[in-house]
Amino acid sequence: MTPRSLLDRVPSGLSLVVWAAVWELIGRFGGVDLIPPMSSIAVKAVEIVQTDSFLEALAVTAQAFGIGMALAIVVGIPLGVAMGVWRPAEKLLNVWVNIFISAPLTALVPALMPLLGIGQTTVIATVFLFAVWVLVIDTQAGIRHVGSSLVDMARLFGGTRTQIFFKVLLPGALPEILTGLRLAVVRGVKGVVIGQIIIALLGFGELFELYLQNFLMEEFWALVFVVFALAFVLVEAVGVVERRFDFYAGSR
Amino acid sequence: MTQIEPSRRTEADAAALAPAAAVAGTAPPIATEDGVIGARSDAGWIWQLASFVLVLGAWEIAGRWPISLAFPPFSRVMTALVEMTAAGDFTHAYAITLPPLVVGVTVVGVLGVALGIAMGLSRGFEWIGMPLMVVLQTAPIAALIPLLTYFYGVSATSKTAAVILLSAPIVVLNSYRGIRNTNASLIDMCRCFLGTRLQQVTKIMLPHASGMIFAGLRLGISAGFIGVVLAELLISPTGIGDLISYNRSIARYDKMFAAIVSILALATITLSVLQRLENRLFRPDHAVS
Amino acid sequence: MNAMTRPLPAKSPDEGTPIVRVEGVAMRYASGVTALDGIDLDFPRGKLTTLLGPSGCGKTTLLKIIAGLIRPTAGSVQVEGRPVTGPGPERALVFQDFALLPWATVLRNVAFGLELRGTPKAEREAIAEKYIREVGLSGFENQYPNQLSGGMRQRAGLARALTVNSDILMMDEPFSAVDEQMRRKLQEDLLSLLQVEQKTVIFVTHSIEEAVYLSDRIVLLSRRPSRVSAIRDPGIPHDGPPDQIRRDQRYLDTVDEIWDTLKQYLQ
Ligand SMILES: Nc1ncnc2c1ncn2[C@@H]1O[C@H](COP(=O)(O)OP(=O)(O)O)[C@@H](O)[C@H]1O
Ligand SMILES: [Mg+2]
Repeated sequence: MTPRSLLDRVPSGLSLVVWAAVWELIGRFGGVDLIPPMSSIAVKAVEIVQTDSFLEALAVTAQAFGIGMALAIVVGIPLGVAMGVWRPAEKLLNVWVNIFISAPLTALVPALMPLLGIGQTTVIATVFLFAVWVLVIDTQAGIRHVGSSLVDMARLFGGTRTQIFFKVLLPGALPEILTGLRLAVVRGVKGVVIGQIIIALLGFGELFELYLQNFLMEEFWALVFVVFALAFVLVEAVGVVERRFDFYAGSR
Repeated sequence: MTQIEPSRRTEADAAALAPAAAVAGTAPPIATEDGVIGARSDAGWIWQLASFVLVLGAWEIAGRWPISLAFPPFSRVMTALVEMTAAGDFTHAYAITLPPLVVGVTVVGVLGVALGIAMGLSRGFEWIGMPLMVVLQTAPIAALIPLLTYFYGVSATSKTAAVILLSAPIVVLNSYRGIRNTNASLIDMCRCFLGTRLQQVTKIMLPHASGMIFAGLRLGISAGFIGVVLAELLISPTGIGDLISYNRSIARYDKMFAAIVSILALATITLSVLQRLENRLFRPDHAVS
Repeated sequence: MNAMTRPLPAKSPDEGTPIVRVEGVAMRYASGVTALDGIDLDFPRGKLTTLLGPSGCGKTTLLKIIAGLIRPTAGSVQVEGRPVTGPGPERALVFQDFALLPWATVLRNVAFGLELRGTPKAEREAIAEKYIREVGLSGFENQYPNQLSGGMRQRAGLARALTVNSDILMMDEPFSAVDEQMRRKLQEDLLSLLQVEQKTVIFVTHSIEEAVYLSDRIVLLSRRPSRVSAIRDPGIPHDGPPDQIRRDQRYLDTVDEIWDTLKQYLQ
């Protein structure tokens, strides 16, 4: 069997196990205190997720993330739709959306703290600021993507504006909106973590800070991997929905 | 191009490269198109001006209202910006902030691109690297930045590491995808005319991927800005991050916002210059947008 | 391009030996799709043979197998009596989607086959110029593919295939992405060109009219999994002016007859 066909048979996700094994070796024999063996991190992770402090932090984080994302959706999608259907809105706002989608918004978090207080509100605002722009851009792209012949068809059959909007434009833009949502979740997760570690008093940010100050490396890495895993699962979950509607993305 | 642009962009690129069936008749000469571009951007200017007036005006009004003492109006922030520029605050701050960013992005630009290309060309590299990169791209890696002080202390190296950590995944993935998305029929064509594997890589895949690799670098720089600012806020209070934190701590909110505006503007200008360069170098047919 | 006739097999020294022989070729993709199911075919030297069949029946697959780009799961292909193991200098392919490098000019694209062979720049560009003229693209040497119409892009693709001077020219639905009028023009020009360039052509199409117009021989493929369902020889001479062919009674009869045969697959 050639190496190529061998690799075809091994699920690609398995290479993560190889990386974990490498980590284990470094942790055991590398002599770096900062990198404990993977096995003890895993054991610690199982312990940690059962502690009250973790569950509390998870609840606080989930709340901030949930509210921030909800705001981003409630603001971002209508804004994207407006920019997609109404030229002046696009021309007035496009520059700003494009600035904020790639600018280092981290720099804004310190400015939020005196405005909104050093607490949950600032984290919510951070999530919102990280997530909203990609939703706006993708929604707008989706609306644009709906072919004008579909809209013409609906008009020729006497569709009203509302009908055209809800029966043609919105479903037509759905694949992009869902992609925007997935990317917004990726960014929102980064936003919630960044907001929390800058504030360092809340949720996972507080726990990270606590573990680092006390040099609890096993706990620190365990929490890092748990958070990474949560983020991955969340993003994949949106990805599943996204792929369900992808079947008509290519034929509009 | 996952992170920043509308998602279907990759497909749009592919469609632009694949000869469209509908194209009939010769495309107009470039000169005419240039005329159109000129006309369009003339009208665009007015809109852009209106757009800036609208948003900055709203900021001014909200600041004067006042919403909060911590939210100074735009004019005050601009005054502070001018003052700080005159005092040399920014020169000093960016002399500290930019080197780690440049070094980090350069390292990623060499090693990350090489790794991405290797993953695109070799099944082995792909198998071992791809899942890790995909996970890292969705993961909030920023959580690791506070840890960096334990590795490199409060130093420029920590900042460079932060830049590398945040920018590497997107650069690697874009390079990989650039190679991987090479039009299959171009590869068939190369094989059919007896091109060697080396020719396939140098004459087809690399030129084909170059646009996407460059776009990846642009996204990497965007992530690098986030990384360096975060490092300065979290671990090493120097440079522009310090300018922000310090002015916040002494409640000089106009100066704090001036510092924030300066970094946002710097990032925006850098990225849009790169975007223009990219359009010019790799997508002459897309130069309009 | 006047009255020079394409060589008849009768005058050829290799009469009787087909230049390409396909024996028992079957192709089953890893996805489980059986595209070809036991194809036996001979391609006579110096003739234009068309593979005609509905979309998705495996025409491209068969062409790629003959080109040596993919290996069949069963059976074999011989060219000049030698088994095919990969692409070779005696076979050149014209692609359905043109396969032009978007970042290269027409001149570089046309010369690209020679570039890959290491022909010096001046020499290959001189050869490319000749074929650019022959396919009617003069004046467009420095344009990029996205500045060309579909028909012109395919002319470039054809010129590229001609530069490498191979005996066998394979064309995969070369004119399907071109509008009808341009398509007719390209068909006529191809026939004129073939009166100068002496090639064995394997031509793939799903258009009955195109097949009958161009071919010395038509191979009808059934729907997937594909087999050879019939072979037709329209018997229309291709040495006269190309615009006479569509008036030939044999042209009309053959189109009708093939349509009658293929209709049954559509139910
Ligand atoms: N690389 C591939 N993997 C799996 N199936 C393929 C592949 N290429 C073609 N097929 C399938 O094989 C069949 C024949 O394809 P093709 O040879 O392209 O047909 P045609 O050129 O006659 O339209 C189709 O059903 C197609 O979906
Ligand atoms: Mg085909």
